[in-house]
Amino acid sequence: MDHEAPLALDVFGISWLDFNLSNVLMMAIASLIVFVLCVLGSRKLQMKPTGTQNFMEWVIDFVKGMINDTMDWKTGKVFLPLGLTLITYILVSNLMGVVTMATFGHDLWWKSPTSDPGITLTLSTMVIVLTHYYGIKVRGVKEYGKDYVRPFPVFLPIKIIEEFANTLTLGLRLFGNIYAGEVLLGLLAATTSAGIWGFLGGAIPMLAWQGFSLFIGSIQAFIFTMLTMVYMSHKVSSDH
Amino acid sequence: MQAFTGFTTIYASLGGLQVGDMLTQLFFFIVLLILLRKYAWGPLMGVMQKREEYVANEIEEAEKSRAEAEKASQEAAAQLKQTKQEAQKIIEDAKSAGVKQEQDIVESARNEADRIKKSAQEEIENEKEKALQALQDKVASLSVLIASKVIEKEISEQDQEKLINEYIKEAGEE
Repeated sequence: MDHEAPLALDVFGISWLDFNLSNVLMMAIASLIVFVLCVLGSRKLQMKPTGTQNFMEWVIDFVKGMINDTMDWKTGKVFLPLGLTLITYILVSNLMGVVTMATFGHDLWWKSPTSDPGITLTLSTMVIVLTHYYGIKVRGVKEYGKDYVRPFPVFLPIKIIEEFANTLTLGLRLFGNIYAGEVLLGLLAATTSAGIWGFLGGAIPMLAWQGFSLFIGSIQAFIFTMLTMVYMSHKVSSDH
Repeated sequence: MQAFTGFTTIYASLGGLQVGDMLTQLFFFIVLLILLRKYAWGPLMGVMQKREEYVANEIEEAEKSRAEAEKASQEAAAQLKQTKQEAQKIIEDAKSAGVKQEQDIVESARNEADRIKKSAQEEIENEKEKALQALQDKVASLSVLIASKVIEKEISEQDQEKLINEYIKEAGEE
């Protein structure tokens, strides 16, 4: 993994606005894939579902089940589109790096966008901010604030740290899993391209690891969405 | 900003924490969320909701029509029972009416026969009487005729005299 990232520094002359163009490209592609697949899947909707509609409805039921597991459906149903978009986007992002990785020149262009900590942290921060937003919106400022000193005021610092810890763990868990998978895939890819013995030695572990990465990618997408709903339920449910 | 980038760069290939990436990710995700909600999740959930309502509606309808069918069958059974009873009654009525009519007919026939018999007897009697009368008349006139003939032949002067005298005597005694 001695490839560089295609950085674009100080865009528009703004000193803090740096882009990793590979990330931007992969995010765009992942978004496009998710959008196209989902829109294609939900075309020609019928009362008697066939083919892709069945699959899409299964996905919806799956996420619905996650929400139902963590909170009351009445408060939880507004999070259904969020959960669906999260799970599909993260799943597609995770799998993109498993399928292939591409470098042009010295720069790594094609990879999972979720193998970048900035991106996963952005997603997790967005989720945590949304939990606070909905916590206030659903239960009011007073109830929301009381949660920080419940059951004892002593817990206040712990509760505040918990929010940041949640953000970090949620983002870095996803990043770490996907990044580790990609590092190993990159190493194996380098091995297989290093001659006939390298190919023979590396092909089978490569296959195995790709299968494992598929599994990890799906699991991580599920975990991310599940934890989103769990954090959300902590904030919007009054029985905690 | 090179220093910041250098400081946050975990590994060269990671590219570090780029503020631009974060903003782009946020933007992409929000756009994706809005677009998918409008073009995929919304219609899908709408269809699922509609199906749920449809199914609930169908079940309700089925239950309603089942109850209706049950009611109708009960009604039909009751009606059938009533009709059967009515039919039975009609048959019984007809039977009794038949019996009565039979009796009536027999009665009237008997009466008629009696009447005819009676009148026939009367007529016979009448005719007999008439015949007897006619016979009597005939006999009387015939006997007179015979008697006159006999008398003409048998009665002598003497006898005639005697007879006349007798009559006169009788008349005188009275």
